[in-house]
Amino acid sequence: MTSAATGAGVGVAIAGAAETDEVGRLPGHSTLALHVEGALNAVADAGLSLKDIDGIATVAAPGPVQVAHALGIQPDWMDGTGVGGTSFLLHVRHAVAAIRAGYATTVLITHGESGRSRVGAPPYRTDPASPLGQFEAPYGTLGPTTTFTIPLLRYMKDYGLTHEQLAYVAVAQRQWAAKNPRAMFRDIISVEDVLASRMVAYPFHLLECCLVTDGGGALVVTTAERAADLARPPVHVLGTGEASETPMISQMPDFTESGMFRRAGRKAFAEAGITTDDVDHLMVYDAFAHVPIYGLEALGFVGKGEGGPFIAEGNTEPGGVLPLNTNGGGLSYTHTGMYGMFAIQEGVRQLRGEAAAQLDAPEISVVLGNGGMFAACGVLVLGRHPK
Amino acid sequence: MATRSKAVPVPTPETRPYWDGCAAGELRIQRCTDCGEAYFYPRPLCPSCGSRAVEWFTASGRATLYSYVINHRPAPGFEEEAPYAIAVVQLAEGPRMMTNLVGVPATPEDLVLDMPLRVAFEQRGEITLPVFTPAEEGRS
Repeated sequence: MTSAATGAGVGVAIAGAAETDEVGRLPGHSTLALHVEGALNAVADAGLSLKDIDGIATVAAPGPVQVAHALGIQPDWMDGTGVGGTSFLLHVRHAVAAIRAGYATTVLITHGESGRSRVGAPPYRTDPASPLGQFEAPYGTLGPTTTFTIPLLRYMKDYGLTHEQLAYVAVAQRQWAAKNPRAMFRDIISVEDVLASRMVAYPFHLLECCLVTDGGGALVVTTAERAADLARPPVHVLGTGEASETPMISQMPDFTESGMFRRAGRKAFAEAGITTDDVDHLMVYDAFAHVPIYGLEALGFVGKGEGGPFIAEGNTEPGGVLPLNTNGGGLSYTHTGMYGMFAIQEGVRQLRGEAAAQLDAPEISVVLGNGGMFAACGVLVLGRHPK
Repeated sequence: MATRSKAVPVPTPETRPYWDGCAAGELRIQRCTDCGEAYFYPRPLCPSCGSRAVEWFTASGRATLYSYVINHRPAPGFEEEAPYAIAVVQLAEGPRMMTNLVGVPATPEDLVLDMPLRVAFEQRGEITLPVFTPAEEGRS
């Protein structure tokens, strides 16, 4: 496909990108402190000062007003979109629109989450009168391990995915994590290790579930023209997409595929004017080992039912044709609860040439984010060069 | 540590007929009188066509097992039952819903996808909650 890019407008780029000094176990940091540290690191990375920021975006808790105030800034534009771990990809998309509309010139997007230590963290609560509270919570759900996981047995039966192939997703990603000094888990593992790990929610073993960590990060988004004059190599936002699916896993239309992954991906690829053949590097939000399989299939890298074998054949690990989740992913690097920010950060690092497991000069990185339990999706097509 | 109890749903005006149905031992859901589509969860419009011409009816209570997990980390109140299945079933009328499976061991060998099920009811505080149990083929 060589269709012309649509949505023509001013070029927009990521000019600053940084994580908190450390990720992992940070009991000395509150949720808000993680936002602030990530923000200061990203603004410094761009070679800017907080005075240059005129737009801010972050999830609803603690929210853009609180984060802006803590930083001592009064933005002219804000976005509090909070649709789970993919929110930060949507913030990038919305920032592109705001910058093109002239509502802001330089947008700061922040993430901070004390997911492990729960310091100053918003409580987990399900309203018993909400649809989720009435029609799912009474059946003993307890967070993502009991809900995000439910579709997979249907997929396994319909498409023949084996337990060994599922386990291999964690094996492949650990090979990337082994190259990343910041990754929480770095020891090489085998399929046997994964299948011998504790059963969390059949068919998912512990090593097929993401970490729970503390950390944060932030991005500075501005015009490509302005970014070109700043401290770091710009990472161009070539295309974006967002889509919603279901607030309850039981109401996911088809348990064997993610329609929202497909829809958001199509929008992002069309805007960027790329096909899967153009993609050098891929990040797929991996809260659980099945999500990269759903992501590969929805984005069209492989056909339906081929995602598991594709990973098990080594195509996504170091040396493979499609490097996937090269920081080690949520399974091995870090997962604060809303992991999307870290997936974007790795895409930026790879395109700048500064990743721990650096690829050979990738031109295009695609980042697919999931929010909730197959609830919301954002996709970014990032490029080393403008369109 | 005090034992916490299982989550109890709080009905809203648009879901009250569903919970009243459960209390009467019936699985009452909605369908569209314009396009004919049956749907779940309760809401005042047809999610297929947008029509507000919808009605309540009593579903057959027959279903098949669509997918599930066997949860080893119990939610509050489920400690005695772990590991237990959290399932999604497909009703004979089409919609899917989350449920628990009763009268069958929570093992992969006993829980075979597409196995026939029928609705049963459990008391949970003031609420009667629909659950599902294996059904003989051809019976309900």
